Amino acid sequence: MKQLTHPSQLAVWKARILEERPVPKKTVVVSNGTCGQASGSLGIIEALGRELDRRDLRETVGLEITGCHGFCELEPNIVIYPEGIYYGRLKPEDIPMVIEKSILKNKVIDALAYKDPKTGRRYPLQKDIPFYRKQMRLLMEDNLRIDPNRIEDYILAEGYQALSRALFDMTAEEVIREIDSAGLRGRGGAGFPTGKKWQFCRNEIADRRYIICNADEGNPGTYMDRSILGANPHSVIEGMIIGAYAIGAAEGYIYVRMEAPQAVRQITIARDQARKHGLLGKSILGSEFHFDIQIVEGAGAFICGEETSLMASIEGRRAVSRQRPPFPAQSGLWGQPTNINNVETWANVPLIIKRGAEWYSQIGTPKSKGTKIFSLVGKIRHGGQVEVPMGTKLREIIYDIGGGIKDGKKFKAVQTGGPSGGCLPAQLLDLAIDYDNLVQAGSTMGSGGMIVMDETTCMVDLARHYMHFTQEESCGKCVPCRVGTRQMHDILVRITRGEGEEADLARLEELGESITAASLCGLGQSAPNPVLSTIRHFREEYFEHIKHRKCAARVCRQLIALPGQGARPAQRKAKKRQHD
Amino acid sequence: MDDLLREFSREQKDLTQILHKVQAEYGYIPAQAIRRVAEHLNTTENEVYGVLTFYKAYRLQPRGKHLVTVCQGTSCHIRGGAGVFDEMKKELGVEPGETTPDRMFSLETVNCLGCCAIGPTVVVNGTYYSHVSVEDVHSIIAEYRKRK
Repeated sequence: MKQLTHPSQLAVWKARILEERPVPKKTVVVSNGTCGQASGSLGIIEALGRELDRRDLRETVGLEITGCHGFCELEPNIVIYPEGIYYGRLKPEDIPMVIEKSILKNKVIDALAYKDPKTGRRYPLQKDIPFYRKQMRLLMEDNLRIDPNRIEDYILAEGYQALSRALFDMTAEEVIREIDSAGLRGRGGAGFPTGKKWQFCRNEIADRRYIICNADEGNPGTYMDRSILGANPHSVIEGMIIGAYAIGAAEGYIYVRMEAPQAVRQITIARDQARKHGLLGKSILGSEFHFDIQIVEGAGAFICGEETSLMASIEGRRAVSRQRPPFPAQSGLWGQPTNINNVETWANVPLIIKRGAEWYSQIGTPKSKGTKIFSLVGKIRHGGQVEVPMGTKLREIIYDIGGGIKDGKKFKAVQTGGPSGGCLPAQLLDLAIDYDNLVQAGSTMGSGGMIVMDETTCMVDLARHYMHFTQEESCGKCVPCRVGTRQMHDILVRITRGEGEEADLARLEELGESITAASLCGLGQSAPNPVLSTIRHFREEYFEHIKHRKCAARVCRQLIALPGQGARPAQRKAKKRQHD
Repeated sequence: MDDLLREFSREQKDLTQILHKVQAEYGYIPAQAIRRVAEHLNTTENEVYGVLTFYKAYRLQPRGKHLVTVCQGTSCHIRGGAGVFDEMKKELGVEPGETTPDRMFSLETVNCLGCCAIGPTVVVNGTYYSHVSVEDVHSIIAEYRKRK
């Protein structure tokens, strides 16, 4: 199918793809995201190809290479359809047996099937594995069916039908109303209602408006955005076109982190395909609506996740943040009204238009609707991408889906929201997760990082780690953030070396409050959170470091006692403080 | 350089993308390139230099034959990444941002590579190593030393 010039051609195209595509008896799906490749998925693909050739099975067995399925811990993994048999942690040597038994003889190989580490029970089918079964995968389920290099796969998954509906059956105002009444809130962290944001931008009188997809996912331990872009890039593009139509923008930008090369590659391929088929550019699907997308690769500055810095970076300048107001909706890119949403927010848009606000708003809690993808990582048994309805309890995510703590250790805390968020202790495991509950507990949703820690993680060292990060990534424009984070970092370094003083806790709290109140942008305003939340929930641990010069987690090296010795704090050198 | 610049507009918005291209071509941003880019965009060398030093991505020195990147993300950190990083500094005998005297290896850090469930992660020339332990560091580097 070449250029689509009429909405009805979508259905024709889909029918033609179905007709032309061979229907193999079996299809082997290989998860080939970044984690998959790092764990050897390319070797599995090669072994599969070799074995299929050797047995002359290319005609009867399909091989589908997809992006990330979410179960990163057990990569490389495959799923065999139509049965849905799942094999994880495969080695190329396993492949001949997989073909022999599961493809040719329809048998499950018990030794390769997923085994629940707690009960010892085997789960041969992907859909039965607790990690998958307990999720609600509205955004991620299609990842199993889509080769991100082929727009045809997205078309088969009902792709671009929401766009057709928006362009031809709805006015721009109706689209905004639909998104608003669905209750969608920004997935980048702040949780601002998406429909309201779109309306603000649309209301501004201007010749030119822009929309931006913020894919500068920089929080360490957070990677759902790059997975969506790598596995189902068209869902983001479709969401953006619908948003542009609603807002009245003719140009969009996707700002992607350079540290996610696979995401950059896949979104570029998808954008080019969408252009080729008349889904981007002039007269989309034959309508009177024109819109195109540019892709901008970031250059390794965390601050660019902050919207005013991101816009400065797109303009080719140093990415320093600026005061708001004016908000981007009033004066954004090159001074024009601009709407910025995060990758996951955009990916939710086609879903809402396709299935309706009423359906969408039934999922989640009264104030936080829909699902949220979390990157469940750290000391967790089954790490990966987890999509659950808003309002799911931390305990359900960590224990029922994630399988609990690794290596039989004890849960200590979970960090949410990255460097802007905080640590939640065991008492809060039954907290239902939504935007507001997390803020109340001293953390934030952030973009969905969830880093689980056990007794071998030192909370003071963790706070130091985050402060080091924000201090390095501060753009340097405002004093509270530039100098304040340095001061907090230096105090934390002293404490982890056994040179802490009792007054340090009060100093950290006071500095933290000042930085939060006085910083120019979100980076600085939230930078003290990891420190303040660990002081709030793990005060004893700080005391232990300061008073007893002990690190029970045995992380702070200067505080680990050698046998027969007490811990010896390093001598504090009298040194003149350097001023910034 | 002329061919490279021809692909881009003369507006400042293309500056970071031009610098990416220059670095992909030369492995770093040579001083002459700064002048040429400034001319192309009708701006000052100062401006180009200011932008490129703001971002972590751009290097002003050529790097070694092999680029070793150690992830410093939180998930890698609590899974033993700090030890891996120290061992890597010891193994190569350089600090992050530096290149070994024989120009074989450059060491860099990254704040997150987005494969957090399989960390600690090390990347050498684009090849990802997952679940890296302190003991693995020597053998990973030895593999590249052999290649010369």
